[in-house]
Parts: sequence; structure tokens; C-alpha cells
Amino acid sequence: MAEKKKMAPRDNGAPDYKKFLHPMMAKNYGKWKYHENLRPGVNMYVAESGDRLYVVRAGSTRTMSVDTVRKICDIADKYCQGHLRFTSRSNLEFLVTKKEEIEPLIKEVKDKLGFHVGGTGHSISNILHTQGWLHCNLPGTDAAGAVKAMMDVLYEDFINERLPQRVKISTSCCQINCGGQADIAINLQHHHPPKINHDNMKICEHPKVVAICPVAAIRPAKKDGKDTLEVVEEKCMYCGACHGQCPSMEIRDANTDTLAIWVGGKSSNTRGGPSFMKLATYGIPNNPPRWPEVSDAVKKILNAYKEGAKEEERIGEWIERIGWKRFFEVTGFKFTKYHIDTYRYARTTFNTSTQVRL
Amino acid sequence: MSKKKESKTPLLDDLEDGPWPSFITDLKNLAKKKPAVGQLLGQLEQSYEERWDHWLGTVINTPGYGGGIIARYSDIGNKFPDIAQFHTIRVIEPAGWVYSTDALRQLCDISEKYSAGILQFHGMTGDILMLGSNNEKTLEAAEELMEKGWDIGGSGNGLRTLSCCIGPAYCEMACFDTIKTTKFLTDTFISQLHRPEFPYKFKFKLSGCPNDCANSIQRSDMPIIGTWRDEIQVNQEEVKKFIDEKGEEYVVDNVITRCPTKCITLKNKKIEIDDKNCVKCMHCINVMHKALAPGKDRGVTILLGGKRTLKIGDTMSSVIVPFMKLETDEDYEKLIDLVRRIWEFWTEHGMDHERVGEFIDRVGLGTFLDGIGLEPDPQMVRHPRTNPYIKFEELAPPKIDGEPKVAPNVVDKEIEGREIVVDMQK
Repeated sequence: MAEKKKMAPRDNGAPDYKKFLHPMMAKNYGKWKYHENLRPGVNMYVAESGDRLYVVRAGSTRTMSVDTVRKICDIADKYCQGHLRFTSRSNLEFLVTKKEEIEPLIKEVKDKLGFHVGGTGHSISNILHTQGWLHCNLPGTDAAGAVKAMMDVLYEDFINERLPQRVKISTSCCQINCGGQADIAINLQHHHPPKINHDNMKICEHPKVVAICPVAAIRPAKKDGKDTLEVVEEKCMYCGACHGQCPSMEIRDANTDTLAIWVGGKSSNTRGGPSFMKLATYGIPNNPPRWPEVSDAVKKILNAYKEGAKEEERIGEWIERIGWKRFFEVTGFKFTKYHIDTYRYARTTFNTSTQVRL
Repeated sequence: MSKKKESKTPLLDDLEDGPWPSFITDLKNLAKKKPAVGQLLGQLEQSYEERWDHWLGTVINTPGYGGGIIARYSDIGNKFPDIAQFHTIRVIEPAGWVYSTDALRQLCDISEKYSAGILQFHGMTGDILMLGSNNEKTLEAAEELMEKGWDIGGSGNGLRTLSCCIGPAYCEMACFDTIKTTKFLTDTFISQLHRPEFPYKFKFKLSGCPNDCANSIQRSDMPIIGTWRDEIQVNQEEVKKFIDEKGEEYVVDNVITRCPTKCITLKNKKIEIDDKNCVKCMHCINVMHKALAPGKDRGVTILLGGKRTLKIGDTMSSVIVPFMKLETDEDYEKLIDLVRRIWEFWTEHGMDHERVGEFIDRVGLGTFLDGIGLEPDPQMVRHPRTNPYIKFEELAPPKIDGEPKVAPNVVDKEIEGREIVVDMQK
């Protein structure tokens, strides 16, 4: 008998966070009084006990080699008693208890990792992204590369806090939009119905594919005596839901997919509450390795926002105040019939008053 | 003759320049000891050239689990054999994403031993991603991870890995213990996380206050967000200091007039808040965080039904529990009970690939509340309905004399003639 390996325990659950908390966090858990921003990228959290935790934020690349992660650990061992944190936007947070160690830490983060410190307060935070061509099965464009190219252009606004409010940017490589809502989002857009590979439809569960279509555009069909599916092209809105379900229904097209830019998303409940982003401009070429047309459009939006927004206004709130007419004027983007919603609840987006800016 | 050896990845090389750190440079260095990473870059370069992806997606499972591994096969595996199978393991992260370096080094060692040595912190759902192992090594890596006390995360039609903000670990705004609750819910529902049993995925995200740093309303099916129901704590001395420092005009422009319900007044360098009309938006507290703080009677608001774009377009979650305490074991039991009732009703009546928000869209929130046994509350809607097409159960005549009135058969309205009686007692 071959040696049978023992199966590891199952259902361990989430790791015990108590083992991972920085000692100062554990000591003052739930007993924090206030925080102050000391400089871009550095916040000081003051506990009721008087303890001060300095949190130094650095933008990571999210995708990292084990060697880079080990370098991060070395720095955290030296300055942070062996503890650190990641934020929801893939920033690193170094946890420091001695104020005088902040500057040497920042220098080491820069020298050894090449990471910049910033992303706090009224700045651009690290760009949210997912797998793209590096590791996803559905993308029409890349994620990590697009983020790298854009952060090269925008990083001055990461390391400074000079915007009217915080700006969150995300990217998505298909119309599922994993990147999420953001003040500015760059999302891929498909431009035709799926192309069906009728010879390989046996790999798909046809009823599931029919059911997943949000506009009921897919129906069973026969081709050369074989079961397949067909798409009613007038109904299809190119969302790609079927493609996720059935790889033989290819929605992507290297020649025609483009990028669109959306603005005004916000997740916080502050002031007007959370909001969805809206279409700003479209038809931007999917142009690796640096997507310069995307960066240009994003810069246009940011410049207009810096110029026109009042303090504390997020991009969506600024546009709400000045109106969409003015937004299209100041950015130079053209408003077209494609900006007018045609999907569910479209009428709720129309202006049903005489309130117009003339 | 060119002096330099011609690069195999000219397009990716371009991403090595510029001030922002380059993942390409990092991966190129890694490729020196991990040939698979070189091939990964080769395939990525080809994607950049062709604007075309080369991954096929499918599922492999480790014994006992129905999720946690994302399988990827290269469709040009003959050209890049080392990445022909190149899977991702989703590892459940410590709540709040706080790590000890020992734990991170352990992940590095496992990643290097079994896979390409690429880690991502984190996936959009919140888990740690360990990239680049073949069929066999993926399962071995999963065993070693679990042997060392880690667990692997959700995928497929089940509960997904939970995530939360930093909460009470360093943030003074946290109105409940997001980290403890995330760990508690993960462990309580670990079977649903590993053995997909729902119509489609289900995500919890937890934020300690309405700033919602976990993006829960837009990115999760069930956001749990800290809040309070008494008065905002005001330190008038700090208010005065703030006004002296920033000026009264600044406070009027950036605090008073930004209040969504106009419930703050400023008199003689003192702030008064009409707390009955405060909607806990956090804005004033964010701007004057030394002077103002959330109240002391804290709890959570629970919402339901958020998701990203696919199919019906983006939906945000909406309120189902305006306020509940979340401190005692009984409170936690109540939360567990609510989750179970939601899952039971949705799993029973939801269609394949239907998120809970889409389900509510189809059957109506009123029916849904009946189904899970929650009383309607005006805080669940922006305003009451504006159309008169209403099926008043109490006012409708009985179908047959003597037959008790039952809820209209709307849940299964697609299936004519089939009687579904929703058990409202549970």
C-alpha cells in the first residue's frame, strides 16, 4: 500500500486576528479618541490612553512577488514590531509607534520597495483593479498594466493632498465591472453581440445560458442538425452575461472593444449618500501598453474638477452643483444620445422640471 | 548587430519606466528563479500585442470543498508549458487585513514551494490570492495552508469570503466591532462558504461607520454598517478651537451647509445638533473629528441586495434593519437567525444565478419581508409608492367561501397553478 497522506483539517475558518494585531492596536482596541493627518500618507491615531499610532500608507502594486512581500516584512520587522496592514485599495499600512521613525521608514519604503507614501485625505488613492490579461478568463483589456500606466501620470496627486476631496479611481476589464464604483472609472465596452462558435456549443449548459440573458435575447436553435443557441441581435445589449456562462459565445473583440470613462460614483454615506457613476465619455481606444488616451481623458476630468469644485465636494457632488451641461463644457467631452439611458428605469434619469442652467 | 540582446517583452518593458512601482520589474526578477513567471510574462506580452486574453477558466476542488480555487488553463499552453495549468488559491484573510510578518512569511514560503511565488493583496472580495500552481501542486498547497491553520475562500454559488474595515483596531469612528463580527460570521457560516448551496453568490461586507470604508452598500449583498441612535458627542471646547483656527466662514461652508438634513446650527462658537433629524452621514464628524464623535448608544444598520453590474445593472443594497444592537451573544444570535431566514427564503424561491437583490427586484420587497418575517418600516424606502396598483390582501374577497385569505401567489407567478404558501411564521 502506498503511503496515504493525512488530510489537513477542514473548515478552519478565518485566521485569528488577535494574533495579528499590532500590540498598540490590541491594547487600545475600541478605545481610540481621534486622528490627525500629519502629512500626505501619514495619519496619527490617538487613543484614550494617550498612545499614538502612526499609520504610514504606501501604494503597492497589489500583484507582488514573494521577494517583494518579504522585503515589506523586513521593513515591518524593523519599524512596526512585525505587524502591518493592507487597505481595501491595496495600499500598505505600516504601523509605527515612534514618531521619529516615520521619516526613516518612508525612505526605506522608497529605496527598497520603490513604493510611494500617500493616498490619504484629499488625494487620489491607489487604483482598484482586478486580474485582466494576467489571470482572468473574461477580460478585454489588462488591469495591472493599465493601473501602472495611469499611476505614472497621476502619482503627484497620490503623494499630495491638493484635491477638493478624495478621488477614487477604478478599472474594469469587461462589463461585469469588478473594479467597482468610483469617482472615475475606466471600463471596457463591447460593441457587438456574441460571436457563437456553433461547433463547440456542447461545452455549455444551454438552458442556463438562455436564462442568464437579462433581455431574453438568447434562444435554442439547430445548426447542421446540432443543438446550439442563437442571439436576437436587436435585443442584445452586449453585456456579456452569456459569455461568462458559455465560453463559446465570445463577446470580446480585439478590433472593436473600446474603453469608456464614468464619473461620480461614491460609496460613503456622507452628505447625499452613496451614488453610482455616470457615463462621461466613450470610444477610447484599448491601447496597450500605456493607454495614453485614457490618461488624457482622466486628466481632463481631474483638471476641471480641481479648477471648479468647492472644498469637500466629491466629483459627483461637484457635477451635481454645476450641472451636466457645464460638466461637458468644461471637460470638452461631447454629450450624445448614447449618454441618455435606455435600460430599466431610464425615465427616472430624465429632467422632469424646468430647472435648467441657461 | 544590436549590442543588447533583443527583449522578448518589448511592450511590457515599457511598463518598467515611470515613477510608480512596476509589477513587471518585480515579476521579471521573480522569473530568474521561477521559469513559469517568465512564461507568464511571455503570454502577457502576447496579450498586449494581440489585445487578446489567453486564459480558460474552470473549477477544480480540493476534497471536501466546493470552492476556494480558481482554475486557469492557458490556451497557448503548448507555447508556454509551465503555465498550461496556472491556478489561483483564494485564502481567507485575517479580518481587517492586519498581518503579522510571521504570517506573511509563511504565505510566501507556501507560495514559493508550490506555486509561481506571486501573491496579491487582495482580491476584490477580500481574500489573499496565491497565483500560479498546477493541478497537483494546487491541492498540495491547499493542504499545507490548512495544515498551518489557514483556510481557503469562497467561490461559486456560495458564501464568499467576508471583508471589513479596520474598525476598532485603530479607528475612532467604529461603532461596532467589525473585525470580531467578520471572524464570527465567517466561522459560523464556514460550511456555506465552502459548499456552495445558494442560487448564486452571497457577500457580506462590514463597515464600522457610515463612511463605509468596506464599500459594502455597492459591493455586497448584505452590508452591516455601524451607527448610533443617541446624540452625536460634542466637545464644545474643541468646536471653539476649530472655529478659531479655521474661521467661522469655513465652518459654515464646509460643515453647517453640507449637512444633508440641515440639523446643525452654529451660535456663539457653539454647535447645536438636532439629533432627531440627523441621518448619521458622518460628514460633520469627518471634518471636525476632534470636536465631534458618534453617539454612545451604538449598533448597526443592515442592508440587503447590492451587487455589481452583470445583468440588471448595478444595484445598491437597501435598508432591512434600520437599527439593531450588536453586542451581546443574544444580539449575535438574532443576526444569525436573520441571515438564516434570508437564505432559506431566497434559496427556496430564487432562480439559478439570481442574487438576492435581483430576487427582491422580481418578487417585491413586501413579499420578501413577509417571507423572512420582518415588519415593514418606513426607513426601508425613500418614500411610499406613487402608483395605485396594489394587491391589498386584507381587502380582497376570499377566493372560495370559507377559504382563508392567503398571500397572493407572487413568488412563483411564473409557474401557473402551483400553490406556494409562504410560511410567515419562521
